[in-house]
Amino acid sequence: MARRLGIGCLQVLGVSLVTFCIVAVVPGDPAAANLGQAALGDPTIVRAFNRQYGLDRPLPVRYALYVWHLLHGNLGQSQLTQRPVATDLAQYFPATLELALSAIVVAFALGVTLGLVAAFFHNRLPDRLIRFFSLAGISVPNFWLGLVAFYLFFYKLRWLPGTGRLSPELNPPGTITGMYTVDSLLTGNWTDFVDSLRHLVLPASVLGCYTLSLITRFSRASVLDVLNQEYVLAAVGKGLPTRTVVLRHVLRPALLQIITIVGLAFGSLLSGAVLVEQVFSWPGLGQYAYRSATSLNLPGVTGVCILIAVIYIFVNLAADVAYVLIDPRLAPQ
Amino acid sequence: MSVIAEGATPGLFSDGDVQAEPPGTTARGSSSNLLASLRRPGAVFGITVLISWLLLAVLAPLLAPSSPTAPSAGTLLGPSVAHWFGTDELGRDVFSRVLYGARLSLPLALLLVTLASVVGSSIGAFAGFAGGIIDSLIMRVTDMFFAFPSIVLTMAFAAALGPSLQSAVIAIVFVSWPPYARIVRGLVLAMRSSNYVAVSRLLGASSGRLLVRDVLPNVVGPVLVVATLDIGSAVLLLAGLSFLGLGAQPPAAEWGAMVAEATQFFSNWWMGLFPGLAIASVVFAVNMIGDALRDYFDPRSLERPGR
Repeated sequence: MARRLGIGCLQVLGVSLVTFCIVAVVPGDPAAANLGQAALGDPTIVRAFNRQYGLDRPLPVRYALYVWHLLHGNLGQSQLTQRPVATDLAQYFPATLELALSAIVVAFALGVTLGLVAAFFHNRLPDRLIRFFSLAGISVPNFWLGLVAFYLFFYKLRWLPGTGRLSPELNPPGTITGMYTVDSLLTGNWTDFVDSLRHLVLPASVLGCYTLSLITRFSRASVLDVLNQEYVLAAVGKGLPTRTVVLRHVLRPALLQIITIVGLAFGSLLSGAVLVEQVFSWPGLGQYAYRSATSLNLPGVTGVCILIAVIYIFVNLAADVAYVLIDPRLAPQ
Repeated sequence: MSVIAEGATPGLFSDGDVQAEPPGTTARGSSSNLLASLRRPGAVFGITVLISWLLLAVLAPLLAPSSPTAPSAGTLLGPSVAHWFGTDELGRDVFSRVLYGARLSLPLALLLVTLASVVGSSIGAFAGFAGGIIDSLIMRVTDMFFAFPSIVLTMAFAAALGPSLQSAVIAIVFVSWPPYARIVRGLVLAMRSSNYVAVSRLLGASSGRLLVRDVLPNVVGPVLVVATLDIGSAVLLLAGLSFLGLGAQPPAAEWGAMVAEATQFFSNWWMGLFPGLAIASVVFAVNMIGDALRDYFDPRSLERPGR
């Protein structure tokens, strides 16, 4: 475990180095992207801007300084918002986390169920249908699916709100976790809870569609794998009730493979959020990353990359822990 | 239908036959199995759709009723006999634009996958041959790329290079080479320790000859499979970047960019619906073929009919 953590830290450092180099080496000028035309004409303002953000120093020095600050929990100053990047991330991240968590929870529960169903009806109609839709789910571009859902459920049917996290006439619940649904529930604000939940449905469904399809496909394959094992045949032959066979003999080993894919899928979920947030004007990390990238806000981009890398590494570490919980034989000696 | 499958197979995967023999490869089964898995209805459907799209792309200038970039009728007209997919906010024919979009997305996706596989394979082969510290160093870097939020990185990259299709391509290649490096390194390592390479070396073959005659044929098959599977995600990533305004620039008829324009005119559903369907159908077709290939190369998931 300690070894894995060490490798994880090195990975984070590497991610910061690569992001830093790319954005610094490629020919974009942060001053040009952030200052107005008039200010750009004045060399003293440009120089002051570059000095304020340390852009006048040589690259190795800038990186060394960045890592030094990083070790102290300081992600630098955002040129976009003129605030510490950590403050920005703390503001935008909960919105994305809320989106990603609700997407993955539903995708996991539904995906494993659909995978089980498909495997049990192998090559029959339910299997064929599930296979078709799960393949479609990983093929459809999520930004387009978002647009279709937006048109259908917001514009045409008016069933659900289309943009933002909360109706403008409502006040956000007090900040505890930053996730509106959780906060409103904790503070007992029922109107906020219902409203933020309704705002969450469309973007979370669109975002989760890919993950759901991925998990369904994997669950189906893993369950089929397990179903062919002799011990499952033995369990059925022994006359165990189907429920016991499914839960104890089939699902448990299959879950081992499924958890791997959930860990990997969480990374793609955060990436997918960039596009989905754009469609639904969801004020999350994706929108922040997008605005930071287009305005060459180097500390912002690096901060987002590091945060996502940390989450990715953490989720996959959690997956390793889950393996051991499911199969104690995998515990490190 | 099966004619198409047969016609497409030798050209695309002829190298798969060569590498079935030597040890240390992941390929299993024979070429007849490959043909069989590509003849399944799903794969045949995928190949048919993909070939149709390629034909549409080639013949777009002949088939498109009007120019993809010049206005041809009133603005924001719904689908009709004259304009099958309607017209957009500038009065351009959406059907023509979707057809021309294939001329951008398909070749670019192929280019992306080719570049990524060549770059990744070279890095992987180098790591595998070099061994020792260089190998582990390169592989740690490769690992790190897996923890990278690829879209954020491509976004930063494309934005810094200036939004254009060119920078989108560079950015996507930059984040999509690692899987190839991993596979090729594994294959090279397996081959390095195999007897037939040792014999070849004993017989006095030079490193260059080893690489070309013994290693390359074994690597091409698996890399081709991964590349085929990758075409779908290349199309998606490229369309996604263009959707964000970091890829193709207006007035180019690019599917992702067209969906982006449609978000501002979402009440005119035809503007976004058709380009999105085009993306989805291409990716769906590629994934269908990918499933068949995966079954062939991973016998664990092989589904024999009637099992």
